[in-house]
Amino acid sequence: MGEARPRTVNGPTDPDVDLHIPAQRRELRHGQVPVIAAVALGGAVGACARYGASLQWPTTPGTFPWATLIVNAIGCAVIGVFMVVITDVWAAHRLVRPFFGTGVLGGFTTFSTYAVDIQKLVNSGHARTGLAYLAGTMLAALAAVWIAATLTRRVIRWRAQR
Amino acid sequence: MNWLLVIIGAMVGAPLRYLTDRTVQSKHDTVFPWGTFTVNVVGCLILGLLTGAVTAGAASSQVQLLVGTGLCGALTTYSTFSYETLRLTEEGAGFFAAANVVASVVAGLGAAFTGAALAQALWA
Repeated sequence: MGEARPRTVNGPTDPDVDLHIPAQRRELRHGQVPVIAAVALGGAVGACARYGASLQWPTTPGTFPWATLIVNAIGCAVIGVFMVVITDVWAAHRLVRPFFGTGVLGGFTTFSTYAVDIQKLVNSGHARTGLAYLAGTMLAALAAVWIAATLTRRVIRWRAQR
Repeated sequence: MNWLLVIIGAMVGAPLRYLTDRTVQSKHDTVFPWGTFTVNVVGCLILGLLTGAVTAGAASSQVQLLVGTGLCGALTTYSTFSYETLRLTEEGAGFFAAANVVASVVAGLGAAFTGAALAQALWA
């Protein structure tokens, strides 16, 4: 048990609890209800924003789904900023991360629509558009989270030096 | 009414993602984000099946909003997926980061196509 184990990449919502220790896992049940409520509430907010975007910029069948790509890229950029801020500078209330990170951003971005839109494009004879969308979303999302996290760290360091 | 369906679906989907992620993450000891991988693949399968059902006329557009836009949309996530990939890269686990990207896309697409084929077989 004592050996060094790489930290789980999805950094637990409650960093004091190590999910690999059964006794600590039980600890989770205490105070889980507010966390789940915060995730549900945030999820509803995020999903409504995504639904609103899809109504505002509807995707015609057979064309490139720009709205979903932009929604996903924005969500990835925001989580890049949010996670750096909440890890490095802001000792936020314990419900902030479940509400905003897990709830709002998780509800806003979507992987299922991404995959099913590719499937629809391929099945309707638009394989090339589907492939471009597959790669385009992936590149935009990964670039967004990386650039956002890097810039946020730079701003934090710059402010600390002043 | 449409907004309410999306809200109800999301209020189920988002906590389901959270709870599934925690359960899955507590059951393995690797750096691979199996929790997010699981919810994303399951969500793709459900949405593929549902979209096929709607196309075949076996499900209404209300069900599409509740289960598709609301539940599946909130159950699956791109933000956590990309953030976890970034974390793996930063921690020097480049192989796992690449594996996460490839496996998520391949399994997610596979699930979406499987769901659509299943719907075709069931309702078309």
